Amino acid sequence: MIIDHPLLGPRDANEFVYLGDANLINRPDWTEKDADKQFYEYLYLRDNPSGYHRELWYHEQGDRSWLIVTRNTSTHEIKQVELAKDYHLEKSKSK
Amino acid sequence: MNELKPLANQESKSRFLNDQKNRLKTGQIINNKTMSFKFNGAKLNGFEGDTLASALLANDQVLVGRSFKYHRPRGIFSSGTEEPNALVSLGSDEFQEPNTKATTIKLFDGLTAKSQNHRGPLAFDFMAATDFLHPFLSAGFYYKTFMWPKSFWEKLYEPIIRSAAGLGALSGKPDPSSYDKGFLHCDILIIGAGPSGLAAALEAGRSKLKVILADDDFLLGGRLNSEKFFINNQSSDEWAKNAVAEIMQMSNVRIMQRTSIYGSFDHGIFGGLEIKYDHFKHNHKKPRQVLWKIYSKFSILSSGATERSIAFGNNDRPGIMLAGSIREYINRWSVCPGKNVVVFTNNDDGWRTVSDLKSNNIKVSAVIDVRKETTFHDKEMPVYTGTSIVDTSGRLRISSVTLSTGEKIPCDCLAVSGGWNPNVHLTCHQRGKPVWNDALNAFLPNNIPKTMKVAGATDGLLQLGEALKSGHLKAKEITELLGKKDSKSSAPSADNESVKNTSFWHVSESKKRCWVDLQNDVTTKDIKISFMEGFKSVEHLKRYSTLGMATDQGKTSNILGLAILAELSGKTIPETGTTIFRPPYTPVPIGAFAGRSRGKDFRPTRLTPSHNFAKNLSAVFVETGMWMRAQWYPKENESHWRQSVDREVLQTRSSVGICDVTTLGKIDIQGADSAEFLNKVYVNGFGRLPVGKVRYGLMLREDGIVMDDGTTARLDLNHFVMTTTTANAVGVFRHLEFCRQCLWPDLDVHLISSTEQWAQIAVAGPNSRKLLEKIVDKDHDLSNEALPYMGCKEITVCNKIPSRLFRISFSGELAYEIAVPTRYGNSLFEILMQAGEEFNVTPYGTEALGVMRVEKGHAAGNELTGQTTAQNLGLEKMMSKQKDYIGNVLSKRVELNRDNKIILMGFKPVDKSIELLAGSHFISKGKTACTDNDEGWMSSVAFSPILNHSIGLGFIRNGSNRIGEIVTAVDLLRNKQIDVEIVSPHFVDPEGEKLRA
Repeated sequence: MIIDHPLLGPRDANEFVYLGDANLINRPDWTEKDADKQFYEYLYLRDNPSGYHRELWYHEQGDRSWLIVTRNTSTHEIKQVELAKDYHLEKSKSK
Repeated sequence: MNELKPLANQESKSRFLNDQKNRLKTGQIINNKTMSFKFNGAKLNGFEGDTLASALLANDQVLVGRSFKYHRPRGIFSSGTEEPNALVSLGSDEFQEPNTKATTIKLFDGLTAKSQNHRGPLAFDFMAATDFLHPFLSAGFYYKTFMWPKSFWEKLYEPIIRSAAGLGALSGKPDPSSYDKGFLHCDILIIGAGPSGLAAALEAGRSKLKVILADDDFLLGGRLNSEKFFINNQSSDEWAKNAVAEIMQMSNVRIMQRTSIYGSFDHGIFGGLEIKYDHFKHNHKKPRQVLWKIYSKFSILSSGATERSIAFGNNDRPGIMLAGSIREYINRWSVCPGKNVVVFTNNDDGWRTVSDLKSNNIKVSAVIDVRKETTFHDKEMPVYTGTSIVDTSGRLRISSVTLSTGEKIPCDCLAVSGGWNPNVHLTCHQRGKPVWNDALNAFLPNNIPKTMKVAGATDGLLQLGEALKSGHLKAKEITELLGKKDSKSSAPSADNESVKNTSFWHVSESKKRCWVDLQNDVTTKDIKISFMEGFKSVEHLKRYSTLGMATDQGKTSNILGLAILAELSGKTIPETGTTIFRPPYTPVPIGAFAGRSRGKDFRPTRLTPSHNFAKNLSAVFVETGMWMRAQWYPKENESHWRQSVDREVLQTRSSVGICDVTTLGKIDIQGADSAEFLNKVYVNGFGRLPVGKVRYGLMLREDGIVMDDGTTARLDLNHFVMTTTTANAVGVFRHLEFCRQCLWPDLDVHLISSTEQWAQIAVAGPNSRKLLEKIVDKDHDLSNEALPYMGCKEITVCNKIPSRLFRISFSGELAYEIAVPTRYGNSLFEILMQAGEEFNVTPYGTEALGVMRVEKGHAAGNELTGQTTAQNLGLEKMMSKQKDYIGNVLSKRVELNRDNKIILMGFKPVDKSIELLAGSHFISKGKTACTDNDEGWMSSVAFSPILNHSIGLGFIRNGSNRIGEIVTAVDLLRNKQIDVEIVSPHFVDPEGEKLRA
C-alpha cells in the first residue's frame, strides 16, 4: 500500500506502524461521573467495518507523524490522509 | 590397449547435430554455440538459446520424471511456466535446486540436472507399484485411510507418505548464492513482451514516459517466436527482434528479461523476480536473483494465454504434449518431439500445429477433431471429425492412440489442444473475479485494479492482429491519461487467424483413468468422488483433491477441473466459479524473499560505545534486542561464569565498578509544557521536580497495566531527559508521540530520541565519587551537598568534554551515571578504568547488573511483563490522586485492586544451600501443587555473593502481609519443591543509606 503523507507525499506502508481505530484520539475526561464506563468503551470497543474506516498510522521510519488514514478495509483504497494533530486542533477549535 | 580419442576441435557441428536426434536441420538455433550438459549423469549437447526442456527433447529424452502420487512415467508436457511434469533438480551439493521447471531453465554450459521422485533408475521406478494401488489412493485417501490408530499418524503414516509422494529435496546445506532486493519506480509497467506487450512498449516508449517492460523469458517476443506469422510483412520472430532492438534504443524504457512478475499488490505495486545468474559455482558472489518491488502509476498486463489439455484415457503418457508447445519447439528451437505425430483438438488452433508439422516434413498420422464440422480439411492425412481419443498405450512413451471408433493409430507423439485460457492471474490478486465468456470458453479479466489495463490474449484477444492493436491502444490510453498528446503512430498490422473453439473438456466414454491435473495426479474420477462426498465448491474440491496445487498452480488443469465439476453439479461454469488466484504467479525462492537479511544480517546489530573495550577484555556478549551487551568480563583464572559475576558484584559493592548503560532509551523533552506532559504520562508528579533533580517515574498503559519505568532528569525549567528500559525504548517513544500528537496537541512539547547521541556509563560503589572526582574538571563540586542522591548536573570532564552527571543507582550503592557524546564513550570507559586502578575498579556486565538489582529489589523486564500493575509492584503509593495520567481511570478497576492481589516480594530458601528456580510457582505449605492452589510465581532469581545464598523476586498473593511465612516454590517441569521464606524485596541496604552516602 501507499499512503499519501500530507507533508511528505506518497510513502510505502512499510514505513508505518498501524495502531487502529482513530477514535483513540477522543480520550474521555477523567472527571466525568461515569469516567470508568467511558474509558472502558474508549479502550475496548472498536468499530471494525467492512468499508471506509478512519485509522491511526504512525510514520515511524519517517517523520514520526501520527496520521489519520481513511481506508476502505475491503479494497485498501485510501480516501483521505490527515495529520492527527491538525485534526485534533481543528476539532477543539470548533467546540 | 590404447583407446582411440577424437581431438576436441574435430568435433564438428554436424556431429553435435547428429547427436541430437530430434533436432531439425533448419532454424536459427543450430548456428548457435554448442553447450554440453548432464541429465541423470548422461552427457548431452544442446545449443545456446535452448531451454533444458528443448535440449532434452532434441536428444529424444522424452521421459523426464515420475508423477507425484502414482509414480507414473511422465514427459515434458508444455514449453513454459505452466509445466506440470518436467520438474527436475538442478546442480548438486549446496547448489542443488529442486522442483525447477525444465521448460523455463535457460540451458548453460555445464548444467547438471536430475529427475525426481523415483527410486532406482528413472525408467524403472520401484515405487511405480503404487500405480496398481490406485483404487485405494483416490481423492482424500489420506483423510480416510490413515486415521486409525491416531498415534500412528505422526510416527508411521506421515513419514511413509512423505517419502513416497513428493517432489525434489533441498541439499540441507546453506545456500552459498547471494540474493538481493531492489526497488523501481515507473509510469507504466508492461507485463509480458509478447505481441501486445511489444506493441504497447513501442507506443509507450515513444511518449518519453518512464516505462518498464518485464518478461519471464530470456528471449523477448512471447508467442511471436513460437509461430510462423507475419507482422508488417516480416516474419513474426524477425519483427519481435526488430521491435526489441528499437525499444532498447529508448533511454526511457527499461527492459527486464528473465523477470517474472509474480504478484500484483495494492496501489500499483508489483513484485518481480529477476534471474541474474544461473545457479552455478563460479558466480555466486554476485546476486543470483533479485526480488524487485516495482511502483507503477499504470500497468499493462499482456501476459498472454496458456493452452489447456483435454481429459481422456491414459492422457498422461510421455510424448503427449500441448499442441501449441509443439509448435514452439519446432519454430523456436528446431526440435520436433516425435517422428510420427497424432493431433487431437477441439479448436482451430490445433490445426496450426498440423500445418507447422507438415511444413517441416514431419509425419502426421492423423488429426482427430472432436467437432463434427470444421473449416479445416487435409487430403494428405486421415482426419477424424466428431471423434475423440479414449485410450493410449506405451509405458515409457506413447506408442498408439485408440479412437472412440475403436480404431488404433500408432504414433510416438500426441499433440493435444483443448483451447486457450487467458492468463488473468495478476488481475485477481486484489480479489478481482474473472467472468466467463461463452464464445471463448474461458474466463476473462473483470474488476481489474484501477491503474491496470489488460491487452492482447490476456483480454481474450487471441488473434494476432487484434492483440497488436490492443497493446498499442492501451498504451495510448495511458499516455494520454498521463498528459501526453495523442501520437499519430499506428498499431503494427497482422492478419487475424481463426480461433474457433468448442466447449469440450473430457472424453466421457473413456473407461481408463483420465488425468486432469498431471502435477498432483488428479483424475476425472477423483473429481467425481470429491463431488459425491460433498466437496461441491471449487475451493473445497481444490483442498480435498489437491487439484490445482503445487508449483504449476493448475495452469493447465484448473478450468478443465471446474468444467467437469460444473457438469457433475448440473451448473454452468460461471455458476461454479474459479478458485481465487493469489500471489505468487510463479514460485519465488525463500532465498529471494530473504535477500541479504540472512544470518547475522537478518537485522541490524547495535554496538554499545564501549564495545571495542569490552571485546579487547574478552567479554562475553549477550543479545538484548538488537544490542550486543557485555554479559560478564571473565578473568584468566575464571572458568565458570558465576566466578566472574560474583567477583564483579563484590568488587563493585566493596569499591567501584563501571557498566555501559547506553542501551537504555533516552528521550529529550523540551518545551514550555514539558512538565505538564510528563505529569500526564507518568503516574507520579513531575511538575514540582526542581531543576537539577532526577525522579523515578512509572508509566502505565491506558488499561492500567505497567508499560515501562525509568528516571527522568530536569536539566532546565523546560528541558527534561527521560530514560526508558532497553527493551521498550522504541515503544515508549511511539507512545509519547501518540500522546503528544493525538491526545494533547495543544501542549508546547517536543520530543527527540537521543539514545544514540549519548554514551552513558554507570559508576557504582562506595568509591564511585572518588573515581569520578579524578576525571571531572576541577570547577565541578561532586560532594554529597553539591550533588546529593537523585541530583543531576551538566558538567565537563577530561578537559572540557561536555557531560551530564546523574546521581542515580540501580545497584543500590552510592552510584552515578555519566553521559558524554557517544564518540567519547569508549575513551571514557578506558579512562575510568585507568583512573580506577587505585580503587581496584572492575567493569561489570549485564549479569552482575542483574544480580545487584535483584539484591536491591528493583523490578525489571521479568517483572514488567505487560500483565502487572503498579499495585502488583508495590508502587501503589506513587499513583497520584491529584491529576490525570494515562491509565489513571482503568487502573482503579475493582479486579486490579483486590486485597489478595499478587505483590512483588523477596524470597529466601529456608535451606540456604539450595538454588532457587525462576518460573516456579508458590503453593501454601501442605497444599497440593495444582492450579487451584497457585498463589503466584518466582520472576527473577540470582545468587547473592553478599548474602552468600540464592535469592529471588516474585509475585505472591497478599504478599506484603505475609512476611516471614514459609511457602513452597514448586517447579513441576524440573520436579523441584523448595521451601522459601517471604521477605522484603530489598535484600541489600533496605533503608537506602548507601545511596545517600
